[in-house]
Amino acid sequence: MFSEGDVTAIFLTLRLATTVTLILLVLGAPLAWWLARTNSRLKGPIGALVALPLVLPPTVLGFYLLLTLGPNGPIGQVTQSLDLGTLAFSYSGLVIGSVLYSLPFVVQPLQNAFEAIGDRPLEVAATLGATPIDRYFSIAIPMAKPGFFTAAILGFAHTVGEFGVVLMIGGNIPGETRVVSVQIYDHVEALAYDEANRLALLMIVFSFLVLLSVYGFRKKSQRQILSFGS
Amino acid sequence: MTADSNTINIAIQHRLNNSRAQTFCLDVNLQLPGKGITAIFGESGSGKTTLLRCLAGLEKMLNGEIHVKGLVWQSGLEIKPVHERRVGYVFQESSLFPHLNVEQNISYGVKRSPVMLSKPNYEKIIELMGLYSLLERFPEQLSGGERQRVAIARALLIEPDILLMDEPLASLDGRRKQEIMPYLESMHEKFDVPIIYVTHSIDEVARLADHLVVLQEGTVMTEGLLGEVLANTDLPIKLGEDTGVVFEARVAERDDDWNLLRAEFLGGELWVRDGGDSLDQSIRIRVLARDVSLALNAHTDTSIINRLRCRIEKIHEDEDRAMLLVRLVVGEVKLLARVSRRSAHQLAIKIGDEVWAQIKGVAILR
Repeated sequence: MFSEGDVTAIFLTLRLATTVTLILLVLGAPLAWWLARTNSRLKGPIGALVALPLVLPPTVLGFYLLLTLGPNGPIGQVTQSLDLGTLAFSYSGLVIGSVLYSLPFVVQPLQNAFEAIGDRPLEVAATLGATPIDRYFSIAIPMAKPGFFTAAILGFAHTVGEFGVVLMIGGNIPGETRVVSVQIYDHVEALAYDEANRLALLMIVFSFLVLLSVYGFRKKSQRQILSFGS
Repeated sequence: MTADSNTINIAIQHRLNNSRAQTFCLDVNLQLPGKGITAIFGESGSGKTTLLRCLAGLEKMLNGEIHVKGLVWQSGLEIKPVHERRVGYVFQESSLFPHLNVEQNISYGVKRSPVMLSKPNYEKIIELMGLYSLLERFPEQLSGGERQRVAIARALLIEPDILLMDEPLASLDGRRKQEIMPYLESMHEKFDVPIIYVTHSIDEVARLADHLVVLQEGTVMTEGLLGEVLANTDLPIKLGEDTGVVFEARVAERDDDWNLLRAEFLGGELWVRDGGDSLDQSIRIRVLARDVSLALNAHTDTSIINRLRCRIEKIHEDEDRAMLLVRLVVGEVKLLARVSRRSAHQLAIKIGDEVWAQIKGVAILR
């Protein structure tokens, strides 16, 4: 049903999305926690920066990543001096691009979930002898669990669906940077509409199921968050 | 300020900016006993909760002194973080962790305790708060009263240096309040942890407190032993119909024929309805000022069984212009009587006179 190239693209996409989601959950959670709790004047600017990928055309993000990661860019020069080559047009570069691109989709649900916890459970935990880090792991993360679920799914799905950033910094290398969305583009370019159609339908079904699970889960979990203090 | 090992010393000057852009200033200098229940009584907005939060360290004060039984919790800018203070805190509304069951909730603090806590104490608290059958349940499966019992047990279990309770009954309805009251009273008897109990209910004060602090607009209006503060005729907070005194007595005799108990106190005795208290037990008695009337002679031709010979110590105007508040002394106990100005005029009573107090109602609080 799918050609060898399609299957490679599907697995590459899944691998990329999984890697990016894991990185985003680990890095995004403390960032979301900070955004949810801080009174710092930096909260506004940092929050806006995190949300930028929501409004920017992916090509803008990809373009600057290309400049930065490319042979003459600051990061490109560092990676070259470390004998790592450049990250542009590589899987690693794609991961970095995707992490930035999907950041708001992970940080925002987490931030909402952390904000919904309120101060009280953390104050209680403090009086019971929990240090700030302990409170983060034993109270904040478990209580924000529904938020983690939503964040993981949205981050994963959004990475699967990206195209512009991939094209700008990933290019079109089979098994390395040629993900499903690029593969579909290739099929269309080659006027192979049947192949394009199969992959495109797959994406539609996948995306629908993902969103269905998010909305189905949200209904249940909202009750759980709201039940605190009732 | 002395760092006495058996008192709680608090000196706070804390400015709070609330949302309405008003500044509220808490200015408190207190030395509280290191045992028993101290009630912080005041209307809402008087700074009760803020005081408690400052004590726990949940509210950051720029300047203040907090010494608890010889331990320095804050001295100027040196602030001990909340998690390093051994402070039990029971919040107004349920504050159980929703993702943990009852047992996990109550062991949350135990696990984090820097000192080994005694197992018998654990058993005792679970037993006392009646939690054995609830251990497996999750907070959302509990009633409001049960949740507060779990919260109290959780706070007690860390063997805190001080237990702070912020209107723990306020979120409960009348029946649940009555249900949880005995637990609070037994806590008072069985643990020697000092408890600071914030409330705006004079009934809770009368039943639970040993020591009373009256707070108004961020400052302490009066404080002292419960009996003495309540017998104050010019209490800054008007209690109206609830004005009255509380004192301790001992069950000395049971009269089964009439279903009465004779309760002795320092300087007198009262007959009270037999509520099943055993002989020699200590009981707390409350006499409301509106239930006390005065007579110059000992009338025996009335239905009132309790008559006490007292001396008038003070006569004060009541908030109601038709009434006077009269403070009486019987032995060690002070009573308040609320009488009309006209009767006081007709009886021609004055300070130092000996009169008979006729007491229409006596309530046993515990």
